[in-house]
Amino acid sequence: MLQDKDRIFTNLYGQNDWTLAGARARGDWDGTAEILARGRDAIIGEMKASGLRGRGGAGFPTGVKWSFMPRKNDGRPHYLVINGDESEPGTCKDREILRHDPHKLVESALIASFAMGAHAAYIYIRGEFYNEAMHLQHAIDEAYEAGLIGRNACGSGWDFDFYIHRGAGAYICGEETALLESLEGKKGQPRMKPPFPAAMGLYGCPTTVNNVESIAVSATILRRGAAWFAGLGRPNNAGSKLMAISGHVNTPCVFEEELGVPMREIIEKHGGGVRGGWDNLLAVIPGGCSVPMLPRDVCENVLMDYDSLRAEGSGLGTGCMIVMDRSTDIIAAIARFSKFFKHESCGQCTPCREGTGWMMRIMERMVEGRAEIEEIDMLEQVTRQVEGHTICALGDAAAWPIQGLIRRFRPVMEERIHAYKAAHGGGRPVQVPTGLVEAAE
Amino acid sequence: MSTQLTAPGGAEPTHFAFDAESEQQIAGILAKYPPERKASGVLPLLYVVQKQMGRQTGSAWIPRIAMDVVAERLEMAPIRVYEVATFYLMFNTKPIGRYHLQVCTTTSCWLRGSDDVTAACKAATGIKAFGETSADGLFTLTEVECLGACANAPILQVDDDYYEDLDGPRTLELIEALKRGERPTPGPTIDRMSSAPAGGRKVLVDDAAAKPQGQG
Repeated sequence: MLQDKDRIFTNLYGQNDWTLAGARARGDWDGTAEILARGRDAIIGEMKASGLRGRGGAGFPTGVKWSFMPRKNDGRPHYLVINGDESEPGTCKDREILRHDPHKLVESALIASFAMGAHAAYIYIRGEFYNEAMHLQHAIDEAYEAGLIGRNACGSGWDFDFYIHRGAGAYICGEETALLESLEGKKGQPRMKPPFPAAMGLYGCPTTVNNVESIAVSATILRRGAAWFAGLGRPNNAGSKLMAISGHVNTPCVFEEELGVPMREIIEKHGGGVRGGWDNLLAVIPGGCSVPMLPRDVCENVLMDYDSLRAEGSGLGTGCMIVMDRSTDIIAAIARFSKFFKHESCGQCTPCREGTGWMMRIMERMVEGRAEIEEIDMLEQVTRQVEGHTICALGDAAAWPIQGLIRRFRPVMEERIHAYKAAHGGGRPVQVPTGLVEAAE
Repeated sequence: MSTQLTAPGGAEPTHFAFDAESEQQIAGILAKYPPERKASGVLPLLYVVQKQMGRQTGSAWIPRIAMDVVAERLEMAPIRVYEVATFYLMFNTKPIGRYHLQVCTTTSCWLRGSDDVTAACKAATGIKAFGETSADGLFTLTEVECLGACANAPILQVDDDYYEDLDGPRTLELIEALKRGERPTPGPTIDRMSSAPAGGRKVLVDDAAAKPQGQG
């Protein structure tokens, strides 16, 4: 378990001053010019050595991503774009950085931009985080005022501008190329890759898109050293990470924890235990709604890190878990995600645009049990036809929760169907759509 | 996620011009993007329109004539502005009430009782269904997807502010306060510091230990 001395986000709850004076007292902006003086290669090398993996969900090594930026400018500017479009259901960690530790982000953005040859960074913040964006803007203004960013940032000789761009309520803009489209003033519809953003990103220029947390931890990693960060967690799952617990626990909260700690310990310690005791646990969705859920017996021993959760057929995702106790209608809980993805599909690829609607409508019937047993397999097949057949991963994300439901809770679905049939006069095939059934009754 | 483009019932104004406050904001916005990339300003300018409409009429929405003004200012084809305005949920393309009640009903909030929040919103305003505006014109109720504050579920967003850790009775109280013209302090509605566990922090308890950070 992580100790307070190893925490990166020491003002996570806003218990102290979040402005520049408070940030400096906590050690931010200390020796930033010396870090920049190490040079691009040394900074990227240190980030690689730290083992930091992307904190937005995909888990790609951050230092390696930075190294994809062209070594020399070919006349086009380079850009750092920070993804603050935190919208994955269950996920609420970047919000705490934006409102309570904004200077960690501003300082780290400077260092990261320098390391990739960028003189400008944009942060895309979801539109709903209005007050959070105001905090960050205040921190940016303070940093300009103090000469920490802007011309000759921190006296390093490097010019650096940092801009906030607010989204306007579209989950898809968390996908990096949709985010770039949106930043360019278009609908947020993902681009085909390649070309990847490092070759052709914002305004057709070399761009790296990183999650808020991935960027915000980098100043501290460089200050305390890669060895310190790599010493936390487990091999290939290094460091600490912001996590959250929502749903049926006694004390839902956001917290920073070491990777590789047993999920059960985390739920007991930070979440104050499952409501009604551990035996009352039904399932946990470990990292935002796009990763498949895990039933209680798996939650018993699984570790919270990338590789352990992957080995169980799920994923760490954003590290923000949704806990459900035995009172939960598990089919309805997953059906709500299907509605979410239907709402958030950008409409560009047919399998996703049509498939999310299909999945939502079948799931709505599954909640009632107004379906045939064979339709469970048909639903599973529909998810397979969406998965992997779209430009971006939203189609996959819509498919996986349903696959997880069928894999783990098929008997519950079958029981619901039998109960519906019993209550509606036996074995006749059910009628679809709803209007017909209502008319018949 | 498309919405209708024009307001019903002849609500569309025939004229829109940015006021002085908006012009000042626009100057700051356009300075953020390369001069040849003005289109990047479309989301921020639509927000400027919406805020100005809120100031001037009490209803924060974006009439189509204002989209044309934005298009002209950013040297974009009007259709490009229309498609952006209707793609993003937070732009209101028809008039709304003075207070915009946005209930999150996604799974994390639903598990913690967002149905009660929705029911309280309807009971306090007389609104029957999502998307409607109350008869007195004060409130519009919208169902929104995950607001990204799940550890403080359930959430009701009123305009720009999050009210957190709600239940039915506290939602009623909040709406009654809004009716009286008050703006209760946003954040948790229970005794709790932001997203720390209710009942007190379990980490970062000793702040003195948490402060030095530069030293390994």
